[in-house]
Amino acid sequence: MSDTPLWSIFVNACLINNFVLAYFLGLCPFLGVSGKLATATRMGGAVTFVMLVSSVCAFGIQQLLTAIDAPYLRLISFIAVIASTVQLVEMFIKKVSPALFRALGIFLPLITTNCAILGLALFQTNKGYDFAQCLAYALGAGAGFTLALVLMAGLREKLELAEVPDVVQGTALSLVLAGILSIAFMGFAGLGG
Amino acid sequence: MSGPLAQTPTTDEFIKGLWRDNPVFVQVLGMCPALAVSNTARNALAMGLATSFVLLMSNAVVSSLRHFIPKQVRIATYILVIATFVTVVDYAIQAVSLELHKALGAFISLIVVNCLILGRAEAFASKNGLGRSTMDALGMGLGFTVALFALGAVREMLGSGTFFGFPLFHENFQPWIVMILPSGGFFTLAGWLLVFNVRAQRRERAAALDEEALR
Repeated sequence: MSDTPLWSIFVNACLINNFVLAYFLGLCPFLGVSGKLATATRMGGAVTFVMLVSSVCAFGIQQLLTAIDAPYLRLISFIAVIASTVQLVEMFIKKVSPALFRALGIFLPLITTNCAILGLALFQTNKGYDFAQCLAYALGAGAGFTLALVLMAGLREKLELAEVPDVVQGTALSLVLAGILSIAFMGFAGLGG
Repeated sequence: MSGPLAQTPTTDEFIKGLWRDNPVFVQVLGMCPALAVSNTARNALAMGLATSFVLLMSNAVVSSLRHFIPKQVRIATYILVIATFVTVVDYAIQAVSLELHKALGAFISLIVVNCLILGRAEAFASKNGLGRSTMDALGMGLGFTVALFALGAVREMLGSGTFFGFPLFHENFQPWIVMILPSGGFFTLAGWLLVFNVRAQRRERAAALDEEALR
């Protein structure tokens, strides 16, 4: 068990080792959903929520698997739990707020194959966090994902007005933008370990 | 192989993944691992081979079970099949080279959520026979490996001035540190996409000219 303070875990996951810009996790939604600012914010919220829930579940599973001494089942059970969590969240949102459900559309089920979620579950297990630390880590990762998504969406909305050569348009341009953002986030490296 | 297959379509499946529909450069799939572990040519090659193996096995299994898997639970079944093979690869790499396992880290486990593998299972293996699915997986896997290697080689050469650990340049060469950092991954992939875009545009223009000439 590590005894890193909670705020340091949060800042670490959110800014210094940002999931998207430093670990390259969750790139598909990052490039796919970052066209509009409003959708980007909602997507960030949904991902953060799923991250929190699956982080709690992953913590429980890890305890169980350690108890029955079957670490080789870890990956399979993590992915199964994440898939069912997303399904559950989907049904819940559909029942509580049909408007939000329609707004999120296809992105909601696609969260299952978002590597950021599985990555979070694996990293927190590798680092041996306790329950509170897991929560802080999940919150930080979610906040970092949302931050990256919103920043990217803002940049891309501005870029619509600029004149760009045909060849660069599309994914190549987004990748250059992401690279520049990633350099900017390297500035946070001095904040802590 | 299931039954006799014509030579041309099978070879075509293979070439398609390797070049025309290259998973990384043309379809832009499976980018998370492509960028994360491509900081040296060796890591990139290992990651590409691991992914190819999982892709090949899962395509073969999904294709042979395609008549038995109920439609409603197919995605969950595919994910379970993929997760099983990823666990196998994970433990195999750990046994062969602990150093490599450390360098690739959690990204071996993350092969599970590589959209490329699930995408091929859903779009190709669930509709085609064993032979064609195997060829498709081989082509796509090789295409993915080549793409990863292209990224890794460029990043290692510019970022550390080496290739597979051997120094390439004169000792006065100042390595571009940024290339082995995360941002370098984004820039390198953007550069390769640019190359492919330029080629596609040239071909389109040539085709348009040909059409005009015919008229």
